[in-house]
Amino acid sequence: MDQTVTAPGSLVDPGAPGSGSGAAVAPGPPAKLNLRVALRGLRRIAGAVPFAVYVTLGLLLPMVAVAIGAFQTNSGGFTFSNVSAATHGIYLKGFWQSIILSVFTSILPAIFGLLIAYAIFTAKRGNVLRQVTITASGVFANFGGVPLAFLFIASAGSTGLITHWLANIGLNIYNWGFSLYSLSGVIVVYFYFQVPLMVLIILPALEGLRPAWREAAENMGARTWDYWRYVGGPVLLPSFMGCVLLLFGSALSAYATTEALTNGTIPLTSIQIGSFLNGNVIAGQENIGKALGLGMVVIIAIAMIIYVALQRRASKWLR
Amino acid sequence: MAAIAEPAVGRAASPRARGRRRSGSSAGTVWRWVILLAAGVYFLVPLIVALRFAGIKAFGSVVSETGFTSSLGLSVRLAIVTTVITIALMLPTTVYVHLRLPGIRRLMEGITILPIVIPPVVLIVGVLAIAPGSLKSSAYLLSLEYVVLAMPFAYRAIDAGLRSLDLKTIVEASNSLGARSVTTLMRVILPNLRTALLSATVLTVALVLGEYTMASLALYQTFPVWIYVNSQTSGQVSVAASLLALFVTWFFLMIITVLGTRQSRRTGGGQVTLFTVARQETKGGA
Repeated sequence: MDQTVTAPGSLVDPGAPGSGSGAAVAPGPPAKLNLRVALRGLRRIAGAVPFAVYVTLGLLLPMVAVAIGAFQTNSGGFTFSNVSAATHGIYLKGFWQSIILSVFTSILPAIFGLLIAYAIFTAKRGNVLRQVTITASGVFANFGGVPLAFLFIASAGSTGLITHWLANIGLNIYNWGFSLYSLSGVIVVYFYFQVPLMVLIILPALEGLRPAWREAAENMGARTWDYWRYVGGPVLLPSFMGCVLLLFGSALSAYATTEALTNGTIPLTSIQIGSFLNGNVIAGQENIGKALGLGMVVIIAIAMIIYVALQRRASKWLR
Repeated sequence: MAAIAEPAVGRAASPRARGRRRSGSSAGTVWRWVILLAAGVYFLVPLIVALRFAGIKAFGSVVSETGFTSSLGLSVRLAIVTTVITIALMLPTTVYVHLRLPGIRRLMEGITILPIVIPPVVLIVGVLAIAPGSLKSSAYLLSLEYVVLAMPFAYRAIDAGLRSLDLKTIVEASNSLGARSVTTLMRVILPNLRTALLSATVLTVALVLGEYTMASLALYQTFPVWIYVNSQTSGQVSVAASLLALFVTWFFLMIITVLGTRQSRRTGGGQVTLFTVARQETKGGA
């Protein structure tokens, strides 16, 4: 109701078509009213102000600084050279490697994670196995970074115990092109935190699948495939895609694991950005790091746009 | 009927578990075990192997390694400061949004997901670019940023906790008995949110104790940074320290799940979820 009172158009021209409600001709100077409404609005959101300030200072301002810095020379002038450098040569390769790695380590773990989540979902509630899997997922999903890298160096590194055992039975994985310190190794290690993360985030969506739907489908003669094609799949799909997006972001921004595993030798964008802060670059080029950072944000934004477009497609398919 | 169709693997007589045909159900069971077994092998074998690699002796020498105490001490202090700020910021905000501004809950969800999708490595670049020098020379700058990183977890944990309460009724009852807002928050809402706050706390602590990217780029030697730096001198000790970090996280998360399950059994409230991003709307179906 407040909205109709303060709508300036209806006050200027009470007889305008479409403003038929009685509230539109309420008396009172609009300026004063607007002020009162604004004050009331301000008081309404007052409790959210500390949060808004914190997010602005701690998250938005740094991101703005990155975006501005990407277009600045060291002395503060405007330039495109950082962006141009960031989209050529080794840095362009870094972006491609990062995207390929993230696509691999988001879609595949999403599928495996869904299978595991469904396996424990169909187990009965309060089942020990279910509890253990959920807790373990929580642990492993949080267990990224340096410790994870060392775990794998100890087991699957070139002198690791698993590598040694496999070599003893004639399977020398390092002769087949696998190396823990290359992209293939990084993919294997990323699975270690991506799969559990998927289990954690897809479980609530699975809980939304009502058993009654399956029964109803079966009563109407649906086979397992039909159920998944027409009921389960469409219901899960939006959540599943959201989870893939999240895993993509998680893989793209992973830094510690790769850094510890490869000492920064694989050209991934996150590692390259880090090297600008570590001071491993020629002086005067620091702002290329910001351009790379901006590039990463752009990639994530594109991923989100694709996600929204797919979501729309999916909602059409649902109807 | 359900009882006849019940396979021998001990599923409860819940409608969900009722198989269409006996053979179909046991195929499902086999399938389930294959998946879980494969997952078990992938997740447990590296752990066991690393345990063997490190050896028992390495665990003892982790503690006496140079830098262990100071780096762990720094990480613990950062964890405490981060947790305090996170709770002090997110608890009132989330309660307020639930009570007064339910309309911006979607917006809050969107904002609090940002720290997950924005790479920390990019965020720290921006932070170091704009932070004033006095702040940059203090390790607690990391705490301030860890609060941002912890937001998604804290918000979701508290939000889930509030959702399982009849918040409006509770607050109105408290107000009609003459309690002021602060009293209501501290003595009525807080005790009801014990589990939610516990999971928010544990997830925050786990995050801070494991965070490497920002700490290493801001040049502070926190525990994970120390593990990496120290690995150059002793690989075994680093693996042992990594395993220790894992067990500590495991222990903390075990505590929240156990306590949370116990409380939800007592109050009949919602289950503890470690992390949720799935939107509620999808639950009802399309």
